[in-house]
Amino acid sequence: MEDINLGTYAVNTWCPGCGNFAILNAIKSVLKSLSEEGTPLENIVLVSGIGCHAKIADYINVNSFYSIHGRVVPAAEGIKIAKPDLKVIGFSGDGDSYGEGLEHLLFAAKRDMDITMIIHDNRVYGLTTGQYTPTSPLGYKGKSTPRGTAEHPINPLELMLSSGASFIARGTSHGIDLLKKIFKEAIMHKGFSIVDVLQVCVTYYNMYEYYDKRVYELEGHDPSDRAGALERIKEWDYNKDSKIALGVFYKEVKNG
Amino acid sequence: MKELSILIGGKAGFGIDKASSIIGDIMKNLGYYVYIYRDYPSLIRGGHTFSIIRISSQKIYSHRDQVDFVLALNQDTLNFHKHRLKKDSVVIYDSDSVKLDDMPGGMKQGIGIAIGKIIKDENASEIMRNTCIIGCFCKAAGIAWDVLEATFREDVARELELNLKIALSGYNGSKESMKIERLPEKGLPVITGNEAISRGLIKAGLNAYISYPMTPSSGILHYMASVAEKSSLKVIHPENEIAVILMALGFSYAGGKAAVGTSGGGFCLMTEGLSLAAMAELPVLIVMGQRPGPSTGLPTYTSQTELHFVLNAGQGEFSKFVAAPGDLEEAYYWSGIGLNMAWKYQIPAIILSDKTLAEGNYSFDIEAVKEVKDEQPLARVFPPAKGKAIKVNSYEHDENGITTEDPVITKAMQDKRLQKEKALSEELGNYETVKIYGNEGSRSAIVSWGSNKGVAREAAEKMGLKLIHVPVLWPFPLKKFQDAIKGVETLIVIENNATGQFVKLMQLFGLKADKKILKYDGRPFSVDELEQELKKL
Repeated sequence: MEDINLGTYAVNTWCPGCGNFAILNAIKSVLKSLSEEGTPLENIVLVSGIGCHAKIADYINVNSFYSIHGRVVPAAEGIKIAKPDLKVIGFSGDGDSYGEGLEHLLFAAKRDMDITMIIHDNRVYGLTTGQYTPTSPLGYKGKSTPRGTAEHPINPLELMLSSGASFIARGTSHGIDLLKKIFKEAIMHKGFSIVDVLQVCVTYYNMYEYYDKRVYELEGHDPSDRAGALERIKEWDYNKDSKIALGVFYKEVKNG
Repeated sequence: MKELSILIGGKAGFGIDKASSIIGDIMKNLGYYVYIYRDYPSLIRGGHTFSIIRISSQKIYSHRDQVDFVLALNQDTLNFHKHRLKKDSVVIYDSDSVKLDDMPGGMKQGIGIAIGKIIKDENASEIMRNTCIIGCFCKAAGIAWDVLEATFREDVARELELNLKIALSGYNGSKESMKIERLPEKGLPVITGNEAISRGLIKAGLNAYISYPMTPSSGILHYMASVAEKSSLKVIHPENEIAVILMALGFSYAGGKAAVGTSGGGFCLMTEGLSLAAMAELPVLIVMGQRPGPSTGLPTYTSQTELHFVLNAGQGEFSKFVAAPGDLEEAYYWSGIGLNMAWKYQIPAIILSDKTLAEGNYSFDIEAVKEVKDEQPLARVFPPAKGKAIKVNSYEHDENGITTEDPVITKAMQDKRLQKEKALSEELGNYETVKIYGNEGSRSAIVSWGSNKGVAREAAEKMGLKLIHVPVLWPFPLKKFQDAIKGVETLIVIENNATGQFVKLMQLFGLKADKKILKYDGRPFSVDELEQELKKL
């Protein structure tokens, strides 16, 4: 098999140890396997927003639309509508898609657009140097909330389930093998798929140890069971200390 | 010039809009040119809605203050429009709900008909009152029944036979007070500016129309959706205008020609996308229908207040194309040319419309429009392209689309993007970006842009003035405009705004207007009103 070089000449400017590297390496590996299985690389389009996550568009040598803050979803939808044969994969941050562009995410789920959204959910604004995001825990002390936030985080996966997303999963940047598996399944899924990646920001919110102690992979869970999916999604609310499930929570199998 | 004006009014929900279209088509079938001014409040039921249908043996684009017929489906119609009545005007009214007293000069030329009773007897729906009054009117105007019937068969889809029956009751209960003669010409189709814009875009090869409803541009969305039913055109109505423009840019990146439509408030939301279009060099056409602001303003009325907004919208400095069509023929033409220019230069193009043009009905003469082609861009590749990674970027980027902060590349890329406007400006030298009408030798000239073209043209022709109409606003056709104002001693700019936005645009190029006639009450100029204003100067 011919070795595929997916790199570019762009200099990688993520901090050493950044969780984004795991996402980059996992997606590169998935793209390679898709290519080997017969999906030409030119049929893949990556879309990113603005934030540390978004630089991924510069680092992978396939079609890309490096868009603007919060707007990954509609740009990705437009591409898919124009050329339904393209596989469109959106990369977005928690500030990007759970904050600035939340409405788009809900509507894409409602429409069940056949695109994949991978959320680099580090629960902090990295590129603007450390403010709270929609998934930061209550009391998070950031540069805009020096006394701690007074707001509870949202549970994005619960929102996605209620909005009609047909594929909902979670991974972490400390588990690249699981990420590869979930990414591939999400991309192959027909319909709207979202993967929330607990990606660690080593500079502003280093949660490696916290996550390592709490995460576990879903076992014996039936992803077609909506009620069961909701139960597992609600187990951890992005705030309290509890076990954090990883894997595919929900997958709706549709006719046609 | 043979001409006549008819006002029909009632509450919203009475079908005034439909009735005025039918009357317009009856007149078209009699060989007349038609213009319909529509005045309606921002509500669904109640309020006062009226249309003025003006017909003429010559092409017309605006309404007159006075009318020959008033068709009153409620008392308000009569009360609010008394001032429009002439000595020999005829009032046709629903005698079940309208009292004909207190008319100016003791005027009593009324034809009352018990419309409420007819509707009740026929067990017809309330909205068919409009059908009944059309019947009354046709008889009063001496229009043969077969013309009415043929028009109803063209225009009425639901309950045609019952509608005809109701119309006949109205016709038989009325009496002839004049005779509108049939002209030998075949009338032209009467359509809205929104439809002309849509058809121009489709002619230039539009693949997708994406829009969130907003007056006065929603008509484009509705027309496009009806076309999409029987063609490959994609029509999408997303969650908001931010999604609208981003979807259009995604669509454009993948190689499809996309247009979007909105009004000022929606355009506010689109500006970050507009700027992205410029940086990523993705073509898109935006129809921007103006209405009075600030903010929600008067949603269903007209203005020309967004000229400088569209010229300056979006962060950064970039090339753009802006046209403001003055009539249906220009709306069709410049929408098509605008889409082609967007693709040729990979820039955003804006069609600046307004409520008067967008929702007004005019006789449309497609034979008078120069050809619009579906031009295919030469230099673009789109995904999927074998072995290629096609990258677009909102950051400053190198020629491969990879982000850069390099000062040399930054300057080179900025120059490259701005160079497009120079090339576009040069190419536009071959187009009619400035038009002259009226008395070309007059030392007094009116300047118009957008929908004021028609009213200004009629006033100029009547008063022996020159009209300089400017359909392309950016890149500003400086050379042609300078040529047009040569020898003019008094330059009068007319605009539907309070600050003289075109005058300010002229000032950018060191040009001065001598007089301004500004109207900003949400209503378009009537011919009479503009003539009076011009006479005052």
